[in-house]
Amino acid sequence: MDGEDISNPLMEMCANGIAGVDDAPSSSTSTTERKNRPIISGEQLDIEAYAGLYSGRTKIKRLIFIAHHRDNTAMQLEALRMAYDELKKGENTQLFREVVQKIDDRLGPNYSMDAAWCAMVDRKADQRKDKLESELNAYRTNLIKESIRMGYNDFGDFYYAHGALGDAFKSYVRTRDYCTTSKHIIQMCLSAILVSIEMGQFTHVTSYVSKAEQTPEALDPITSAKLRCAAGLAHLEAKKYKLAARKFLEVGPELGNSYGEVIAPQDVATYGVLCALASFDRTELKNKVIDNINFRNFLELVPEVRELINDFYSSHYASCLEYLGNLKSNLMLDIHIHDHVETLYDQIRSKALIQYTHPFVSVDMRMMADAFKTSVAGLEKELESLITDNQIQARIDSHNKILYARHADQRNATFQRVLQTGNEFDWDVRTMLLRANLLKHEYNLRASRKI
Amino acid sequence: MEGLVTQIQGLSGTASDVLSLQNLLKQADDSLHAESTRLPPFLDQLDPSKHSLGYLYFLEACTAGPVTQEQASSFVLTIARFISSCVAEQIRLAPDKFISVCKRFKDQVLLLEEPLRGVAPMLTAIRKLQLSSEHLTALHPEFLLLCLLSKCYKTALSILDEDIFEVDQPRDLFLYCYYGGMISIGQKQFRKALELLHNVVTAPMSTVNAIAVEAFKKYILVSLIHHGQFPTNLPKYASSGAQRNLKTLCQPYVELASSYSNGKIADLETYVEANKDKFESDNNLGLVKQAVSSMYKRNIQRLTQTYLTLSLQDIANRVQLNSPKEAEMHVLQMIKDGEIYATINQKDGMVRFLEDPEQYKTCEMIERIGSSIQRLMTVSKKLNVMDELMSCDPLYLAKAGRERQRFDFDDFDNVPPRYNI
Repeated sequence: MDGEDISNPLMEMCANGIAGVDDAPSSSTSTTERKNRPIISGEQLDIEAYAGLYSGRTKIKRLIFIAHHRDNTAMQLEALRMAYDELKKGENTQLFREVVQKIDDRLGPNYSMDAAWCAMVDRKADQRKDKLESELNAYRTNLIKESIRMGYNDFGDFYYAHGALGDAFKSYVRTRDYCTTSKHIIQMCLSAILVSIEMGQFTHVTSYVSKAEQTPEALDPITSAKLRCAAGLAHLEAKKYKLAARKFLEVGPELGNSYGEVIAPQDVATYGVLCALASFDRTELKNKVIDNINFRNFLELVPEVRELINDFYSSHYASCLEYLGNLKSNLMLDIHIHDHVETLYDQIRSKALIQYTHPFVSVDMRMMADAFKTSVAGLEKELESLITDNQIQARIDSHNKILYARHADQRNATFQRVLQTGNEFDWDVRTMLLRANLLKHEYNLRASRKI
Repeated sequence: MEGLVTQIQGLSGTASDVLSLQNLLKQADDSLHAESTRLPPFLDQLDPSKHSLGYLYFLEACTAGPVTQEQASSFVLTIARFISSCVAEQIRLAPDKFISVCKRFKDQVLLLEEPLRGVAPMLTAIRKLQLSSEHLTALHPEFLLLCLLSKCYKTALSILDEDIFEVDQPRDLFLYCYYGGMISIGQKQFRKALELLHNVVTAPMSTVNAIAVEAFKKYILVSLIHHGQFPTNLPKYASSGAQRNLKTLCQPYVELASSYSNGKIADLETYVEANKDKFESDNNLGLVKQAVSSMYKRNIQRLTQTYLTLSLQDIANRVQLNSPKEAEMHVLQMIKDGEIYATINQKDGMVRFLEDPEQYKTCEMIERIGSSIQRLMTVSKKLNVMDELMSCDPLYLAKAGRERQRFDFDDFDNVPPRYNI
């Protein structure tokens, strides 16, 4: 639908209520309103609204993913139905066959295998392919750079629409030799990035992002925002959460919904905040996230995430962890972040524990267990592992259940180290002299034998 | 024979006489050996304290052949008396003979199954043969062997405390360090044992020998006991043969070390049970058991880093002991050995871990640091001296000169490329 300016989401928020989403997917409301509603929230995922955020192939992949991971049959069927509809609009028969198999005739006669449609699409595809090939050959003989480039580009689009991602990638890369202006290069890079993300090969993504950013012309803000999103996704996949957070936080608000084939602005906000919470320290968190005016636009789209980060910064850990818990089930349905959710959550929890104990000399573990909504025994175990990893400098008084901060005595430690180093030096030199002596002896023996 | 005796008696006065006597004796050596059975009465005519060199030659010839049981004990007495009364300078002129006499002495003492009789004489023998306290003789390992067999470890420690820098025969060093390691283990001085065994394992050797293999097995176990871990790779200065082969030759021990590093006592104990025969055949079972019990210690030590107070029940659970009583026994033992600082409150069943009370402020500590510094300065000076000596050594210069590339005719070095001595 038409992308309404998202700068008045607050009004929409107030109108719909901040707390949640209507459970019934009312299809009469405009898509813009749906785009502005909090989609990623603690409530059960509204599939139609969620799917509305995306377009193209990623929409279908996400729907299939949700269907795969959701145990709720009704939601499964809903997702598959939407996928089917979307696929019918496109030309990807392979994915179509997959979805039909998954539906397994559960949705009635309208949603069964439409072999005729498949055959027609395939035939049309072959025809188009032949046409493109002949055109490309013609252009190649004419050696007109621009038309060759357009020819390969069309090929790439064609393959992409039909799901042959490898061929699409190759075609896009071939246009590189015929690019004349920076615009062409950027177009090539963006296409390559799109295909690589779909294929899951994020190393290509990083290289093409850097290639696009190196063009001599200044990039327009939407393109640079897109490139930063792509870079952030690549870092996320590589588990480099700090870099991913930085990239996501730099995405400008101009992105809007223009990158719907890859990522929605809600995702930018969520990924950015989660990675930042897991990897930034307090100063960075304040500067880059909370005081970041540009990012605030994204945060408004996901108010739960915004609350989350404010709670963390102001040390209301119980509510922060509660929000996290609520979000978890929906985050597990997201194709990019689902296998990082556990790690990120653990890191955020450890950070919360460390931050809690940092300013105190002694902490009553019972109160701390309440603040973190866990039992004292469980808390003790967590603290023990953090202390063993040397992330908290403290000791546990297990009898009275108190945590005492402990700062190593520098003077004693230095003396100990000095004595130890002295002993080690002594030993090293003595053994070295002995070995040298042995070597000399052996060498003399050999020399004397020769003589 | 009698003529020889008179010559010995006459020429044992001054140093130059002794040198000429030595030449005579060398020439007469074969005839002495030929008439070994007739020699014992002549020994009575010679005085070991004045005619040490001659007495030595005679003694060596006497003991050369096979010895019967009865002869053995009389020889033992004679040799012991000789060792205690001989003159050091004279016997140093014929060290090989002296060494072979002492070795035969050791054999006879073992034959009589009274190794204790040999300990003191051997100690005196070492002192007389050594050129300096840093010198390792062939007698050192024999001495240590006698100490081991007679279980008087303390006497051995006085020898072990001296640092060795000069070695005649590498084989002596290997045996010396190996026996020394065993004695130190017996005295529970694991740090010293580790040092000695480390010397064997990393000594330069062209092929791996059996002593190094046995030493490596013990080295792994002592390293586990003392440090709680075993470095999987030998340091780079160990010989390449050792680095490649030692681990494959001592496979069960290496696996023991890796199972130890996993931290699960139950697994460790099952592994030990399964391979008990191998350990027993190497006589290492006692050491293995010590390694297993050291694991409990290490786990308890780790607890002192995270807890201020802990109940005995909790300790038992975390360290995988069976009951709080066992935990109490372990903690008590560790407090007594000075490995941790803690107090046990039996009423609550709580253990309170304390910090190391050493404040590094006492006079003793200052003295200790001062003496450490002095020692290190001496060692460092020694290193410099050795470096200088080495760089003047003609053999070294020859080799360095040979391997130097000549880049330019104008590049005229002081060391010619072929340096023939």
